[in-house]
Amino acid sequence: MSLAVRVIPCLDVDAGRVVKGVNFENLRDAGDPVELAHGYDAAGADELTFLDVTASSGDRETTYDVVRRTADQVFIPLTVGGGVRTADDVDLLLRAGADKVGVNTAAIARPELIEEIAERFGRQVLVLSADVRRVREGDRPTPSGFEVTTHGGRRGTGIDALEWCERAAGLGAGEILLNSMDADGTRAGFDLELIRGARARVDVPLIASGGAGAVEHFVPAVEAGADAVLAATVFHFGEFTVADVKRSLREAGHAVR
Amino acid sequence: MPSRVVVFDYGSGNLSSAQRAMERTGADVTVTSDPHAALEADGLVVPGVGAFSACMSSLRAAGGDRIIGRRVAGGRPVLGICVGMQVLFDRGVERADPRAGDQVTEGCGEWPGTVDRLRAPIVPHMGWNTVRPPADTRLFAGIGPQERFYFVHSYAVREWEFSTHNERIREPGVTWAEHGEPFVAAVENGPLCATQFHPEKSGDAGARLLANWVATL
Repeated sequence: MSLAVRVIPCLDVDAGRVVKGVNFENLRDAGDPVELAHGYDAAGADELTFLDVTASSGDRETTYDVVRRTADQVFIPLTVGGGVRTADDVDLLLRAGADKVGVNTAAIARPELIEEIAERFGRQVLVLSADVRRVREGDRPTPSGFEVTTHGGRRGTGIDALEWCERAAGLGAGEILLNSMDADGTRAGFDLELIRGARARVDVPLIASGGAGAVEHFVPAVEAGADAVLAATVFHFGEFTVADVKRSLREAGHAVR
Repeated sequence: MPSRVVVFDYGSGNLSSAQRAMERTGADVTVTSDPHAALEADGLVVPGVGAFSACMSSLRAAGGDRIIGRRVAGGRPVLGICVGMQVLFDRGVERADPRAGDQVTEGCGEWPGTVDRLRAPIVPHMGWNTVRPPADTRLFAGIGPQERFYFVHSYAVREWEFSTHNERIREPGVTWAEHGEPFVAAVENGPLCATQFHPEKSGDAGARLLANWVATL
């Protein structure tokens, strides 16, 4: 027996409500993150990720409240990302009941943030979230051909994505959420080359994200080196379930819970 | 009357999950740093996350090492979780900075042994894994061998060093798990129990384990 591949649904939360349509059966309120978290827990999710897309910082209290209510009722690990800028932000989320916190743009602007968080709370709480795309023609090339982006993939940074993953892991990131902005929304499968590239560079766990459109897409991501797979839309719309993904992983010989 | 459980708050991490998960068992749960309450409770939970050295110094500052020792001497149950299990051993060896040497921190010394970095291709060991409990386990009673628990740690007890020549001493029950190599996933030793994984985050299997522990109080 060995460590199970984790299957992680991701919910985008805006001012305490789930955005992007969610089409779950037997749900009283499809916009309530707490109820959805319950649903996914019951459906066999190994972990949950909330991506806080709340624009106004005044609504952060709502996010903490959602995290608190979820952690009170759902007994699987919960990661919360989005808008985390300081170690104090991490403290507030952990106190609210998050088990792990995702850090993205703020760490690109100030990599020392990774060290600060790891030192204060331990590296196990820190998920470095990297929004990665292939360098486009006319843009400054990077050694790996992949670059880190900000603003939801709209803005390139010129930073080599694989070098960034390696550096972040060295600074104290406990795992890396590798989000392919090219594959995101295409439903054509994960960016396997990106996963393989990152796997060759880092020895912390990797979560593959972006591009899941069919049950068959998950096994190749794991075989490329992902320790966990994350998806949003396909689960929310009930196109297939967490259990379907686990069944296909199990049939391919991978351990699942 | 429900069992009174104290989750010891000595400044190590998020305690609300441990509190809620304990409450699900029907126990009457208090989160506090009050030494008197921690001594008096029917059961004491010692959580812990982050670095061994930081955890141990907070625990000492709160008098936790002495509270654990006094409880165990009196046969009163204690449950350590994650780094809260690690600090029960003799020492922790950490390498925060690869350029620096090993940092050795003295633990509570309830059990012999060293907490050291896990030798595995992917570290931290993060996710759901199976465990191998001893035959006479109480903690894992009714939990099938296919059930999984949630782990998140980079350090572990890789060798169990307890030994005795006195046949009247009952050997602690050791549960093993594997990630790259075998390591201690749980210990059951009279009033002193501990798990490397997080039962409070381990869904139904974790709830069952906590209920089993509360049933011993």
